[in-house]
Amino acid sequence: MKRRDSLKTMALASLGASIFLESCYGISRETITRSLTRYEYGRTPEEKEIDDKLFAQKFFTNDELLTLDKLCNIILPPNEFGSIRDAEVVQLIEFMAKDIPSYQEPLRNGLVWIDKECKTRFTKIFIDCELSQQKEILDEIAYYNPNENMDDQSEPVQWFNLVRNLTMTGYFTSEVGIKELGYKGNFPNVWDGVPQDVLDQYGLEYDKEWLDKFVDQSKRNIIAEWDDDGNLIT
Amino acid sequence: MQIKNSAKEYDVIIVGSGAGGGMATKILSEAGLSVAVVEAGPYYDPANPEQMTQLKWAWHSPRRGAGTRRFFGDYDQAYGGWEIDGEPYGQVGDTDFKWFRSRMLGGRTNHWGRISLRFGPNDFKRKSIDGLGENWPISYDDIKPYYDKVDKLIGVFGTKENMYNEPDGFFLPPPKPRLHELFYIKGARKSNVKVIPSRLSVVTKRINNDRGVCYYCNGCARSCNVYADFSSGSCLIFPAQKSGGQIDLYVNSMVRTVTTNDEGKATGVSFIDKEENKEYKLKGKVVVLAASACSSARILLNSKSKQHPNGLGNSSDLIGKYLHDSTGGDMMAFIPELIDRKTYNEDGVGGMHVYSPWWLDNKKLDFPRGYHIEVWGGMGNPTYGTGFNVNSFNKFFGINKAGGYGDVLRSDMKKYYGSTIGVSGRGESVAQKTNYCEIDPNKVDKYGVPTLRFNYKWTDNEIKQAKHMQDTFEEIIHNMGGIPLWGKPGKDANYGLNKPGWIIHEVGTTRMGNNPKTSVTNEFERLHDVNNVYIVDAGPFVSQADKNPTWTILALAWRSSEHIVEQFKKQNFS
Repeated sequence: MKRRDSLKTMALASLGASIFLESCYGISRETITRSLTRYEYGRTPEEKEIDDKLFAQKFFTNDELLTLDKLCNIILPPNEFGSIRDAEVVQLIEFMAKDIPSYQEPLRNGLVWIDKECKTRFTKIFIDCELSQQKEILDEIAYYNPNENMDDQSEPVQWFNLVRNLTMTGYFTSEVGIKELGYKGNFPNVWDGVPQDVLDQYGLEYDKEWLDKFVDQSKRNIIAEWDDDGNLIT
Repeated sequence: MQIKNSAKEYDVIIVGSGAGGGMATKILSEAGLSVAVVEAGPYYDPANPEQMTQLKWAWHSPRRGAGTRRFFGDYDQAYGGWEIDGEPYGQVGDTDFKWFRSRMLGGRTNHWGRISLRFGPNDFKRKSIDGLGENWPISYDDIKPYYDKVDKLIGVFGTKENMYNEPDGFFLPPPKPRLHELFYIKGARKSNVKVIPSRLSVVTKRINNDRGVCYYCNGCARSCNVYADFSSGSCLIFPAQKSGGQIDLYVNSMVRTVTTNDEGKATGVSFIDKEENKEYKLKGKVVVLAASACSSARILLNSKSKQHPNGLGNSSDLIGKYLHDSTGGDMMAFIPELIDRKTYNEDGVGGMHVYSPWWLDNKKLDFPRGYHIEVWGGMGNPTYGTGFNVNSFNKFFGINKAGGYGDVLRSDMKKYYGSTIGVSGRGESVAQKTNYCEIDPNKVDKYGVPTLRFNYKWTDNEIKQAKHMQDTFEEIIHNMGGIPLWGKPGKDANYGLNKPGWIIHEVGTTRMGNNPKTSVTNEFERLHDVNNVYIVDAGPFVSQADKNPTWTILALAWRSSEHIVEQFKKQNFS
């Protein structure tokens, strides 16, 4: 498949992909406005300005974004919870490359390297290769000895590790990823201790002498009063 | 710069709106005095949806909450950080002092750890115990009534433990420990390290009808929108406004100097309106500095006049000296027993539910002063960085292969989620005259105000203490069945002792005492040299205990504010 064809196929294959391309590629005013209004997270005017500036810049080329999209999909293939596209992983990588400029060189070098490697072996760039060919190369750079320092690994291994890290963090900090991980907090609730079955699992229990001291959640809304010795009486 | 002068004369001008400034605002305004609060940052209210970060998710930020813009992450409520554009600070020699500034109404109280420990009787009289440093001019009994009032006004949870140097207070009931904290309790007790419920200023039980009750989202560093944690704005300044106090807030207003008259008395302040880039003057009968230990020292040192050629209140030449921060050391560990955890909501309050107060006798140790141990861990809210090196812990199972791709990464992610525990020591250093901040003779900030530079060296006292921390942590972690994540730092790395300033407990720059030659302020935090200037941040601290400074800042500020009110009644300020 020619590169142009693959691009077309991909864009046609799913609406998500075309939106993904547009939102990453286009830097029209509407895109910037859309990006900024969806990120409401308590910024100061100065911080908003910084975000604004970053959104208006573009680091990766369209081809590079497509390659990243493919790579991230191999790193975390879609499952019943979601996909790296649902999690907007490639958009995150694009943003982080601008937010942390030291990412730029290694990320780009790796993309150049893998296309070159694919051309040498399969006479095609990465994205045009068969999945089995892509995996053949990834298998050589995807593993490392965790007892060794990452800085001592070869550049392709370091690069893939960076892409894997960004993919993992992009997915598991997204709505779908957090759901899959099972984190259940960040909303108003009442903490009343470790569930009994979990205590049992680890053979733990709360100290009997401490139990009376803990907050009685049924009385949390009664205004606190103390006697002169500091004993709570309400 | 255009200079405008305001005709109004305030009874009191308060510089800074953090813990000390907030308390002074409340006490002085409620006594009927007219007050100007001058804050270098913008207005901030944790309940304002435009400014709120509480309950936001990582994906609400385009960087998923990464710490590239705010050091502790996008959701941390501190406007500023270790570096502020256009407002540099310097170092003397090879000093590497870290100075954290938060420029917003409420200052650093919006994001702090809420660890609210009283200093104990010994903490005011360390020199009498070990011959080092200096005693405070006051004792625990002098400040106890104010600690009591602070507890009742603001709210702090904890338990009565009857430990001499860890005084009990008027506590709200504490929350139950989380799973990793139960592991810590087990590990610490095996080494005879005492563990007690934490003492945090988080409202676990209603304290009044103006503030909400904690809803356990773990977001205290994001500042609470129902005012269930202590922040100076939500707990002191807003209530003072509500009760009808005469309070004018000047925000985005950075004080340059305290102005003085021919007799050398303070007449007010000059400040830069950062939005207009103009300089203004405010008149006040009394000036209360609460800009933080180093910022207040900077203002005083920059307030030179014929009567105060060495800086205002600096006849002792001690302003800026005896600067000291808490010691800090940390260890993080993987707990194999905690792999593949059942997931449930264990957010709790924003901070630890248990801790270890200092438990040893220094007579049997090779260093003075102690430290307390904080514990952290659990199944936290994922943010940027979650999932990095997802299966590098494979090495702890003898598997010399990590990385890969595909579904194995999903299962590894879940396997290791919530399997780490961290312990941190926060201890007392001995204040040294040779550790100081001073005006850098050659530098000004973007407003043209001379900046600070720091000179700071840890001594053997702190380095030996840090070694003790590491040995203790290693033992406790071993007791928990844990494996430290990184090598134990050795002598060459000061045994992991954090850089000075890193713990953000910097104190001591305008220390109090009875002798004007060896101290800058008196026991009411008033300058010895000038009777209408007070400093109610941590500058007047003679020594920083192995506690966190905020509760003591609040208690002292209350005591000093009452003193100011009395002086007004006696017509000593006119």
